[in-house]
Amino acid sequence: MFGDYSIGDLGAIFAMQGFAGLILFSVYVLMALGLAIIFGQMGVINMAHGEFMILGAYVTWLTSSFFQSHLPSLFSGYFFVAMILAFIASGALGMLVEWGLIRHLYKRPLDTLLATWGLSLILQQAYRSVFGAREVGVELPQWMMGSKQVTDTIEVPINGIFVMVLTLGITMVVAYIMYKSRWGRQVRAVVQNRVMAGAVGINTEKVDRYTFGLGCGIAGIAGSAFTMIGSTGPTSGQLYIVDTFLVVVFGGAASLFGTIASAFTISQAQSTMEFFMSGSMAKVLTLLTIVAILMIRPQGLFALKVRK
Amino acid sequence: MLIGHQPKEFLLAVEGLTVSFDGFKAVNDLSFYVEENEIRVIIGPNGAGKTTVLDLICGKTKATSGSVQFRGTELTKLKENQIVQAGVGRKFQTPSVYDDLTVFENLEISYPRGRSVFGSLMFKRDAAVRERVEEVAEMIFLKDRLNMYADVLSHGQKQWLEIGMLLIQDPDLLMLDEPVAGMSVSERVKTAELLNTIIKNRSVLVIEHDMKFVEDIAHKVTVLHQGQILSEGTMEKVQNDPKVIEVYLGH
Amino acid sequence: MINSRFFNRSELLGFLSLLLLLAVILPLFLDVFRLNLVAKYLTYAFVALGLVMCWGYGGILSLGQGVFFGLGGYCMAMFLKLEASSVANTKIQSTPGIPDFMDWNQITSLPMFWKPFHSLTLTIIAILVVPTLLAFIIGAAMFKRRVGGVYFAIITQAIAAIATILIIGQQGYTGGINGMTDLRTLNGWDIRTDHAKVILYFFEVFVLFACIITAQFIRLTKLGRILVAMREQEDRVRFSGYSVANFKIFAFCAAAMFAAIGGAMFTLQIGFMSPSFVGIVPSIEMVIYTAVGGRMSIFGAVYGTLLVNYAKTMLSESFPELWLFGLGGLFIAVVLFFPNGLSGIWRDHVARHIDRLIAMRSSKSKKAWAIKSAADGAPAE
Repeated sequence: MFGDYSIGDLGAIFAMQGFAGLILFSVYVLMALGLAIIFGQMGVINMAHGEFMILGAYVTWLTSSFFQSHLPSLFSGYFFVAMILAFIASGALGMLVEWGLIRHLYKRPLDTLLATWGLSLILQQAYRSVFGAREVGVELPQWMMGSKQVTDTIEVPINGIFVMVLTLGITMVVAYIMYKSRWGRQVRAVVQNRVMAGAVGINTEKVDRYTFGLGCGIAGIAGSAFTMIGSTGPTSGQLYIVDTFLVVVFGGAASLFGTIASAFTISQAQSTMEFFMSGSMAKVLTLLTIVAILMIRPQGLFALKVRK
Repeated sequence: MLIGHQPKEFLLAVEGLTVSFDGFKAVNDLSFYVEENEIRVIIGPNGAGKTTVLDLICGKTKATSGSVQFRGTELTKLKENQIVQAGVGRKFQTPSVYDDLTVFENLEISYPRGRSVFGSLMFKRDAAVRERVEEVAEMIFLKDRLNMYADVLSHGQKQWLEIGMLLIQDPDLLMLDEPVAGMSVSERVKTAELLNTIIKNRSVLVIEHDMKFVEDIAHKVTVLHQGQILSEGTMEKVQNDPKVIEVYLGH
Repeated sequence: MINSRFFNRSELLGFLSLLLLLAVILPLFLDVFRLNLVAKYLTYAFVALGLVMCWGYGGILSLGQGVFFGLGGYCMAMFLKLEASSVANTKIQSTPGIPDFMDWNQITSLPMFWKPFHSLTLTIIAILVVPTLLAFIIGAAMFKRRVGGVYFAIITQAIAAIATILIIGQQGYTGGINGMTDLRTLNGWDIRTDHAKVILYFFEVFVLFACIITAQFIRLTKLGRILVAMREQEDRVRFSGYSVANFKIFAFCAAAMFAAIGGAMFTLQIGFMSPSFVGIVPSIEMVIYTAVGGRMSIFGAVYGTLLVNYAKTMLSESFPELWLFGLGGLFIAVVLFFPNGLSGIWRDHVARHIDRLIAMRSSKSKKAWAIKSAADGAPAE
C-alpha cells in the first residue's frame, strides 16, 4: 500500500491528513460547544441546532455581500462584524424558540426532540424559500486565501489555521463563562436543582432562556466559521447534527473537556481512516466504533460517578 | 451455599458494607444483623445514609465493598429482580404506584408469577390471583376501589397500595422507607395497624422519623450517623445513649 | 371483571370501521393507481403499529425504525431481484445470472449472503428474523446497561445514518443509492399488473389486521400492563421482580418485526427498495405518523399514517414548498397541543358524548367511565 511513497512523502501525507482532521475537529468543536451547553447543561435535545448554525452562515454570507457592494474598503475585516451579527441572530432566534416551544417541554425530553425536529424542517424550508436551494459560498478576504508553507512538502491553508485559532478562542470564552463566571454557576445550580435554585433567588426562567440563547448563538458563530471552509445550503446543518450529538454523548454529556477530547478523537480517526479507505466506509467505521463504545460505556468517556 | 455458618442464624447479615460516591463515603464499613421475624428500625439525622443502606441491600446502588448475606445468599452480586425473587421487598420513600393502571392491575403485577417475558404473555388471571388480590386489597383498605385508576387515590392510599404490592409478593424481608411520611393522623393509626398485621411471619427493616411510631413497632433500633452505626439496641437503650443525644440535640 | 373482552366498545368500533374502510370502501371507490398509493401508506402503518408498542406503551423512542423497515424491504427485494436476474434475462451482462448492479460494479459471482434469497421460504424467514435479531442485539446491549430515553433515540438515529451510508457505499452488493429496482415476478407471478396490485393490496390489509390483532393481544396480556407500568415507574417494576431490560428488548424487537413486515410489503407493492426509506429522515417521519394517530392507540397509528401520508401526497403535488412547513408544524403542534394525537381528540371530544348518550339511554351509568377511560392513558414522561 505504501510502496509508491517515500518516507518523506508519507510523513507529509500524514501531517496534511492530520491537519484536515484538525479542521474537521474545529467544526465539530464549534458545533458541539453549543450543544454541550444546551444538551449537557440543560438536558434539552435540540435537533434544530444545525439550522441555528446555518442561520449564522447565511448571516455571514449576507454581511460579506453587503461589505462587498457598499463598504469594499473595509472588506478585509467583514468577518468579525459577521461573526457578531451571526451570534446575535442565532441567539435571538434561540431565545424566541425557548420562549415559544422549549420551556413548555422541559419535563418531556423525547417530545422536545420531536418538536425541535419539526422546527428544523420549518427552518430548512424557510432558508430554501428565502435564499434558494442552491448552496452559497462567501468570498474570503485576501489575507485568508492561500496557504502557508511549513516545510517544502507540507503546506497548510490559512483559512484552516484561522478557523482553528477562532475555535480555540471561543472555547476559552465558553469555558470561562460556564466555569468561572457567576452566571455559569447559576446555570449549573439551575440544572442540578431547579427548585432550590429558584428558592435562593435565581430567576430560573431567565437563566434557561439565556442559556439556550447562548448555545444557539455559539452555533451561529460556528456557522460563521463554517463559511470559511465550505459552502452553505438549506440542509447543510442536518448533515452534521448526528455527528455532533455523538461527539457530545461520546465525551460524556456534561463535560466540556470531554466534548473537546471526543471531537478530537472522532475527527482524527475519521480523517486518518479516509486515507486508507473510501470516505463513506471511513464514516461508517467511525460511527460504528462510537456506537459500539457507547453501548459498552453509555455514560461516555468522561463522566462522574454520581448518586442517582 | 453454606447455610448456618453464622454463629446464630440471621436472616440478613450486612458486613463491612461501604459505598463511596466520588470519594464521599455515604455508607462506611457498616455491619448489622437482622433475625427472623425481627422488626428493625433505622433512624438517624438527614444524610446519615439510611436510604442508601436500603438501596445497597436491594441492589439499586452497587456497593464499593462489603457483603450483604440473605439466608446465606450474597445479594451484592445479584441483579435487582433476582434479589426480589430471593425474597426481599422494598417500598420507596415517595409512593411509586402505576397511575395509569387500576388498583387491581397494580396489585396483580406484583403477584409473584409470570415474571419472565414469556411468562407474562401467558399469564392468566385465574381464581387464585383474584382471591389473593382481593384479600390484600381488603387489608390495605382499598377493597372498594379495585377498579379505580391509581392516579385518583390520595397520598395515603397510594402508600397503602404500594405496601399492598409488596405484601402480595410475600417477601421474607420487607424494607419500608418512611411508610407514614406525609400521612394524616388517622391514616397513621391505620398504617400502624396495617403494619402490625403484615409483619407477622417476616422480618421488616423500616426507616422512620416519627418516634412515636418507632416506639410502637420496633424490636430493635439502629442509629446511623454519617454512614456509620452510632448506637444499636432497644429503643430505651438508644434513647439514653449520650452519643445519640449528642447527635440529635447538639450540633 | 376488567376488560374481559378482547375489544371494549370503542375499540370494537375502531376495529370495525377500519376494516370497513380498508377492505370495502377504499377498494370500491379508488382506482388502481390510488389504491396502490393507499397500499404504500399502509406499509408505514406497520411501522407505526410497532412504535405504538415500543414508544407509546414501552416509552422507548426509536429513531431508527427505517433500518428495520429497510431490512425487511431489502430481504424481499433480494429475492425478487434474483428471480428477475435469471441467466436468460441477463445474458447481455458480462456475468449472466447475477443482478445487473453487481455486473456494473465488476462483481463476477453472487456473494455468499445473497445465496439464501433464491428460496422464498428462507426469504420470509429472513424478513422476520434478521431485523428482529438486529433489534435484539441493539436492545440487549443498551437496555441491559440502562441506556434509555434520549440516549437510545440518538443512538438509534446514528444507526439509521450508518445503515444509509453503508447501503449507498456498498453499491456492488446493495444497488447503492438507486436501490434495487426492476423487480418483476414473485415465483413467476407478475407483480406489476393492476390485477396483482389489487390482490397484493388485500393481502396487505389481511396481514395488517393480523398484526393489529397481535398487538392488541400483547396489549391485553400482563406484558402489556407491565410495559405501561415500566414507562411510569421503572424502578417499581424492577423491584417487583421483573427484568425491565428483557421487557424493553421484547417491545423493541416486536416493533422491529412489524416494521420489517411493512418493508417487505412495500417492496412487493411498489416494486423497488432504496436507501431513501432507511435513513434518519424517513425514520423520524414514521414517528410522527404514530404521534399524529396517538402514540397509545393501535388504530390511531393506522389512521394517523393514512392521514399524514394523504396530506403529504396532496400538498407535495400542489404546493411542494408548503409540505415541509406543514410537516414541521405538525411535529410541533402534536407535541405541544395534542400529545395523545387523533385518538386523544376522539376520546376527549367525541367518544365522551357518544358514551353519555348510551349511558343516558341505558340509564345504568357505570362509574368507571367517569373516572377515566380504560382505553388510553395520559402521555408518558
